[in-house]
Amino acid sequence: MQITLNGQLQNIENSQTVADLLEELQIAHKKTVVERNGTIVIEEFHQQEGLMDGDRIEIIHFVGGG
Amino acid sequence: MLNIGNMTFESNLFLGTGKYKDAKTQLQAVEASETEVLTFAVRRMNLFDSSQPDPFEQMDVSKYRLLPNTAGAQTAEEAVRTAKLAEVANMCDMIKVEVIGCDKTLLPDPVETLRASEQLLNEGFTVLAYTSDDVVLARKLQELGVHAVMPGASPIGTGLGIINPYNLSHIIEQAEVPVIVDAGIGSPKDAAYAMELGADGILLNTAVSGAGDPVKMAEAMKLAVRAGALGAEAGRIDKKFYAQASSPLGGLSI
Repeated sequence: MQITLNGQLQNIENSQTVADLLEELQIAHKKTVVERNGTIVIEEFHQQEGLMDGDRIEIIHFVGGG
Repeated sequence: MLNIGNMTFESNLFLGTGKYKDAKTQLQAVEASETEVLTFAVRRMNLFDSSQPDPFEQMDVSKYRLLPNTAGAQTAEEAVRTAKLAEVANMCDMIKVEVIGCDKTLLPDPVETLRASEQLLNEGFTVLAYTSDDVVLARKLQELGVHAVMPGASPIGTGLGIINPYNLSHIIEQAEVPVIVDAGIGSPKDAAYAMELGADGILLNTAVSGAGDPVKMAEAMKLAVRAGALGAEAGRIDKKFYAQASSPLGGLSI
């Protein structure tokens, strides 16, 4: 399936859920927040939240700043 | 002692986490500053470049109160979204509302800052509003119910120090909530001066991270903030036009 991941079109083959996607990207251990189509998906629901073709996924993290 | 919302801090210095040359220097500078509050930003993860450093990799953030900013937001809605992202990650004890309205000066957009602050207060956030040194705007933010106002000493990253001590003094005089001077601090004298004017705290980043020796500067800032606070408590002398001898005028032996 094709999703827009942080603004870039990506083909995702092995991920059915948000949790799968974070594993596939090898960032499951990092502190992130996921938005699916503009709505935050809280961590407890990562396993249940299915991905669909055309989804817009944003993965947010925390960086240095003042 | 500094009270913001339901939190109490021994240190009056808040430290940003941007632009350190490496994580180790940042960690040492944070420790040297003895700050209890760290500021940082919320960003889209760069998934396609794994070399991007994680500023908190070596830090135990549970030791600090976390003050994410909404930098990058140009509207109230963007600021609210950023705050919510930080909150769900459990990375938000307080939110620094920062809505920039001018690319050249990075001065905040007063209208969007007010709107964002109002929305976030309604959502139950502890709101610290980054504002210019506008006296009326600071009062209006206070009337909204923000937990602290954070007037800039001068534009972000300039290191120009306090360019309008007159306005800052009025903001401090009218304040019913803590005033944290944020942005533009260049050297320890600026931090001490702000505290002497009666500020309740200082938030700075570049002045430390960009210093020749950031760890030493972090300690210098800690001492400057403390010195300024003590000086304000002690009460300085009036300025006089003519000299007044410190030594007795009588009893001369020459």
